[in-house]
Amino acid sequence: MPVATLNGTTIHVNDEGFMTEFAEWDEDIARALAANIGIELTDDHMAVIGFVRSDYAAQGESPTLRRVATVGGVPTKRLFALFPKKPAKKMSYIAGVPKPVGCV
Amino acid sequence: MRNLLVLGAGTAGTMVVNKLRGRLDPSEWTITVVDQDDDHHYQPGYLLLPFGTYKPSQLVRSRARYVDDGIDLRMGTIEELDTEGSAVVLSDGTRLPYDQLVIATGAGIHPEETPGMTGQEWRRSIFDFYSLDGATALRDALAGFTRGRLVIHITEMPIKCPVAPLEFAFLADAHLRARGLRDDVEIVYVTPLDGAFTKPVASAQLGSMLSSRGITVETDFMVERVDPDARALVSYDEREVPFDLLVTVPLHMGAAFVRRSGLGDELGFVRVDKHTLQAEGHPDIFAIGDASNIPASKAGSVAHFAADIFTENFLQHIAGQPMTHSFDGHANCFVESGDGKGLLIDFSYDTEPLPGTYPLAGVGPFSLLKESRVNHLGKLAFRWIYWNVLLRGRPLPVPTRMSMRGKVEAPASAGQDVPPFTPAP
Repeated sequence: MPVATLNGTTIHVNDEGFMTEFAEWDEDIARALAANIGIELTDDHMAVIGFVRSDYAAQGESPTLRRVATVGGVPTKRLFALFPKKPAKKMSYIAGVPKPVGCV
Repeated sequence: MRNLLVLGAGTAGTMVVNKLRGRLDPSEWTITVVDQDDDHHYQPGYLLLPFGTYKPSQLVRSRARYVDDGIDLRMGTIEELDTEGSAVVLSDGTRLPYDQLVIATGAGIHPEETPGMTGQEWRRSIFDFYSLDGATALRDALAGFTRGRLVIHITEMPIKCPVAPLEFAFLADAHLRARGLRDDVEIVYVTPLDGAFTKPVASAQLGSMLSSRGITVETDFMVERVDPDARALVSYDEREVPFDLLVTVPLHMGAAFVRRSGLGDELGFVRVDKHTLQAEGHPDIFAIGDASNIPASKAGSVAHFAADIFTENFLQHIAGQPMTHSFDGHANCFVESGDGKGLLIDFSYDTEPLPGTYPLAGVGPFSLLKESRVNHLGKLAFRWIYWNVLLRGRPLPVPTRMSMRGKVEAPASAGQDVPPFTPAP
């Protein structure tokens, strides 16, 4: 598994750059991950990221866009504004959880 | 006497009751299966109907004819699942108690969930091919379509037979070429995914098959609404895709009673263990086929392989033993590519579709992820196999678990340089 260093912290990532160790995440890492994909994190972003992490911890899988909208209560339109173009993947990337199972 | 109650007499439900009737002692177990009508549709035929391969009447048979003796087939609409009282209530008030319950009520389409879709343009310029009447209406629309923009669209994953919209695009291209109209029609493929398909190797191959046919692909398109006046799809990030003829795959959802029961996910698919198909928190409830939320294709082949595993596990479960069989998410799908050719893909939870060959004694090998005529013939032959082997619960001469035999593994990505944080997700 590839390892990357970010702001002096070593984290484990997969070959697409998604973190593979849930416990290695913290808010500073989230900020750096977000900056990597051109997003400056605001409180609104962090509220979504917080939901993604707690839902992953509870369910064992990354939430879909629909789940963040219906269970997390953030409208899809807003998610597209916060995480442009590819909200489901960007939320997971910043939250340090696997890319959602896009379906098969 | 104990009761096994199965909800849904479609592909999965019919296979399960037929398999288990032969394995459960009739003096100990009754088997009841409920469906809302007696019409069993051969759903893979919906894809080919718009192109005139089949007539609607060729795709419907009596459910009762395919449910074996010794199984009680009831007609009724399922109103409520009472997990506390271990019973299912039908809309006429009938209460069906169960000792073991199998939910096999599939996935339904919900075009009304997308604003504007079922308005004035529905069945005028907007069609689906995920229902018999939709596919039939589309056949007539396609016959009169001579120029303009044909847009093929997926609303949201998951959908039944995720390769079907790709197949529709390939078949439409061949159909229009045969009619000498291809130069007058622009074909656009609109998907919420980031490529033609979900898995990387197949996505690249299928994507190049779209581009070589001059079909444009619009990716990461999450539809917010349809503008019926402008005749355009509008995405959440405000992109617009105009159409003259829209062939959409509407939102899929599980049965309404599942959504009311609390057993479902956001779309009403039953949350289960993906290896045993046992419902979360309900040891005596299972879900099989399209009705479950397993991360596998919603496809008849998946239901078939899952039914093999489920049958063995179920017998252990009712004997009070641990379930020792594990479903691997095996899927095996023929992909029509037009002009009498097709591809075959074979994959599982852990192994994406790979190129190579698929060995099958006496018939194969079929070529994997590569067009050939024999793959197309395999697809057509499947209709006979479906009615006469699959639904009967008889074994197919293919392994239940996915095998790596014949497959060519993709080069491992581990050896490549991995630049940190360049996902551009």
